[in-house]
Amino acid sequence: MKRAIRMFAALAAAASLAPGAPAIADEPLKVAFVYVGPIGDHGWSYQHDAGRKAVEKEFGDKVKTTFVENVSEGPDAERVIAQLAQGGNKLIFTTSFGFMNPTIKVASRFPGVKFEHATGFKTAKNVSIYNARFYEGRYVIGQIAAKMSKSGTIGYIASFPIPEVVMGINAAYLGAKSINPNIKIKTIWVSSWFDPGKEADAAKALVDQGADVLMQHTDSPAAMKLAEERGIYAFGQASDMKTFGPKAQLTSIVDDWNYYYIDRVKAVMDGSWATKDTWDGLKQKMVEIAPYGPAVPDDVKALADATKEKIISGELHPFTGPLAKQDGTPWLKDGEKASDKDLLSMNFFVQGVEGSLPK
Amino acid sequence: MDLVLNILLGVVVAATPLVFASIGELVAEKSGVLNLGVEGMMIIGAVAAFAATVGSGSYIVGILVGALAGATMAFLFGALTLTLMSNQVACGLALTLFGLGLSALIGQAYSGISLPQFPRVDIPLLTDIPFIGPLVFGQDALVYLSFALVAGVGWFLTRTRAGLILRAVGENHEAAHGIGYPVVAIRYLAVMFGGACAGLGGAYLSLVQTPLWVEKMSAGRGWIALALVVFASWRPLRALGGAYLFGGITILQLHSQALGLKIDAQILSMLPYLATIVVLVVISRDRMKMKLNAPSCLGKVFYATS
Repeated sequence: MKRAIRMFAALAAAASLAPGAPAIADEPLKVAFVYVGPIGDHGWSYQHDAGRKAVEKEFGDKVKTTFVENVSEGPDAERVIAQLAQGGNKLIFTTSFGFMNPTIKVASRFPGVKFEHATGFKTAKNVSIYNARFYEGRYVIGQIAAKMSKSGTIGYIASFPIPEVVMGINAAYLGAKSINPNIKIKTIWVSSWFDPGKEADAAKALVDQGADVLMQHTDSPAAMKLAEERGIYAFGQASDMKTFGPKAQLTSIVDDWNYYYIDRVKAVMDGSWATKDTWDGLKQKMVEIAPYGPAVPDDVKALADATKEKIISGELHPFTGPLAKQDGTPWLKDGEKASDKDLLSMNFFVQGVEGSLPK
Repeated sequence: MDLVLNILLGVVVAATPLVFASIGELVAEKSGVLNLGVEGMMIIGAVAAFAATVGSGSYIVGILVGALAGATMAFLFGALTLTLMSNQVACGLALTLFGLGLSALIGQAYSGISLPQFPRVDIPLLTDIPFIGPLVFGQDALVYLSFALVAGVGWFLTRTRAGLILRAVGENHEAAHGIGYPVVAIRYLAVMFGGACAGLGGAYLSLVQTPLWVEKMSAGRGWIALALVVFASWRPLRALGGAYLFGGITILQLHSQALGLKIDAQILSMLPYLATIVVLVVISRDRMKMKLNAPSCLGKVFYATS
């Protein structure tokens, strides 16, 4: 029996290798997801899993999804991805930056399987990449933060100094500065994506040093919880965290992968899948601003909505010159907008951000 | 002054889970059992305490259930290694993996729920003394319990007959057995005490430090507690000092970043570990002393001969 199954799997794999071979009608399309954290993190992986559920809801019996959570970035990932490919999955989403090389490697071994890698920059014939323009959302919350802060100090809990995170701090600062030129951002690097205890400690340190609005680029709701306790404000990360801070949460930058995942599954089903590089933002609703918390007054809501509209229409780009790097060297000329390439390799703070960037 | 006070208060919070977990493991190791499952017992304690507090509405119930859950995990470890005589290292690692998985399963229903802030002790007049008041008289009850535990364990191990027997079992189980002490029963008790303490450490994490339940929230603290036991060369007071050193440097590095000191964050993150290693090297210079402190039967399987 076992052998029969294996043979069938081999046949199915062979069939899918033939270009344009129609999928067997009754066979559900197998789609797999690889997460870096637990789906219960209420942040990054949680949102990706929401996307998986959306796929199931959309296609019902026509798909069969599986996921593997808590996959560490490294050799382990390669094994997991290869196993999923071997297991007959036809479309595999790998949802963390560190899965980039393992994904590319496995993809070359399984040409019949389509891969989708989040937040990376390497593509292949059967590997697409996708990411969200979180910096757009961070510019908006930077403005809200500057409006809401009484002390003029914003606390920022950061994970690792990769372009994605650096870009977020810069965007938040520029947004805040557009409201209050004297605003300060204090950054603490916790060197982890997920360590609730340390995130809470970092949040405490920031508050003790005068921050009264917290932002984070780490995955747990610990900072939100602390903000609620101390009676200050905070922004949620990746998903809506208002259950942890009903009074504290001003809003949250929510990642919405649902439509993208549904699109890509559809593309595999009708055979139109092709390598793509997607970097969507507020406009496509991959990045969303969660409903505002009770503390946000109407004028701030209106301001944030207006900024959001301007970003969507293209009237406003968060990184528009004149801008200089932290050390004073000029970066963007007056009116010049940062290119995507510049953004994706950003390894410096813009002028005005305090603290040094770990190298 | 306020900042210094806040930093010190932060240090206490960061150190307390480590104090609990390491003092428990210290007792287990003194009886000759190496339980590498501290991380697993801690996380089970965290989820059990959180769930019980949410369910019952009482922190006391939550804390007790957390300790009990840790002890139950330790009992399981005891059954495997003491009764069934399996390898302690392998079983300890398995216990950690099992604990992480099981806690995620139990915790599914509890992620997204939050608890009110854990109450701090408030003694009129005393707590109002500036600086010293909140630091010495204004902590939460668990912090005082952790200090009491360290003192109690220190007294128990060195000043009581029962403590002497426990150490004898850890030093030479054959001889202890020969004299007629129930080696396995004593080890069960020591291991379960260790589990209960690890559970308390976990409870502190989910009830006080964060206070919320998120999967994998122990984030390696169990392993640090294990290292602290060696660092302390199996002495309770040193374990306390080690936990505070570790917690202290962790908090200081966070604050120094927020202050904008020009030191790389990675170096700062490394500091607690680095400091721990340096101290470890300094105390282990004296090889004889190290040997005297380490229980000689640590990790060895005991086969009753008669």
